[in-house]
Amino acid sequence: MQVQDLIDSGRFKVISLGEDRERELTTPFCCDLLSVAMGHAPSGCAWVTVMGNINTLAVASLADAACIILAEGAALDEAAANKARMQEITVLGTEEPVFEAALWVWQQMKGQD
Amino acid sequence: MEGIVLNYTISPDDFTRAGEASSDVKRKLKQLGVSPEAVRKVAIAMYEGEINMVIHANGGEITVEITPERILMILADSGPGIPDVEKAMQAGYSTAPDEVRSLGFGAGMGLPNMKSYTDDLKIETKLGVGTTITMEVRLE
Repeated sequence: MQVQDLIDSGRFKVISLGEDRERELTTPFCCDLLSVAMGHAPSGCAWVTVMGNINTLAVASLADAACIILAEGAALDEAAANKARMQEITVLGTEEPVFEAALWVWQQMKGQD
Repeated sequence: MEGIVLNYTISPDDFTRAGEASSDVKRKLKQLGVSPEAVRKVAIAMYEGEINMVIHANGGEITVEITPERILMILADSGPGIPDVEKAMQAGYSTAPDEVRSLGFGAGMGLPNMKSYTDDLKIETKLGVGTTITMEVRLE
């Protein structure tokens, strides 16, 4: 499953479109504490979080996440939105809680509905 | 010194710019064809160091030296120094202020992450004088 498949699913609001949208997702990853995400977000993950500040973008880029999914209706502030465009990171949004959003990604990856 | 040398100045208390130096190094290592795993290790270790300099040390200077064999990161600050290095190396131990925690940082994972993502980590610190951290990621 690729980042583009998440975009095409229509399930998420597209907040920012990144460059490498054909990247394969390795796993959903849930964490709101950036300190922990920095060390533990797996490369190529779809990172589901409610933390929408500029540092979330930096962590996603440096830890090499494939995309960010902002859950619970969380938004990016303007500085963070600019950073997402600059660093070409795909950011999606949903009103769903973190677990439901990540579970859905997981089920799609495993080919279940 | 041999190889490519990159120098960065880290501004104090500026969380909007924290990570720019690490991002730049990441981009350059990618362009040089360094393996994605090594790039990720350098990016994470250096970002943790960069964030520490912003939070604790009024900024500082980072020098990155790249050779075919290894990437060396030297992070030098004139901050307060680390009173108890052994404690600082423990996962979960943090002296970060509340405003830093509200951003999602300050969980006491910085130095432990830096250690686990590098092949060698040296800390030289003196109270009231500053801290220099040297990290090495070896390339295959």
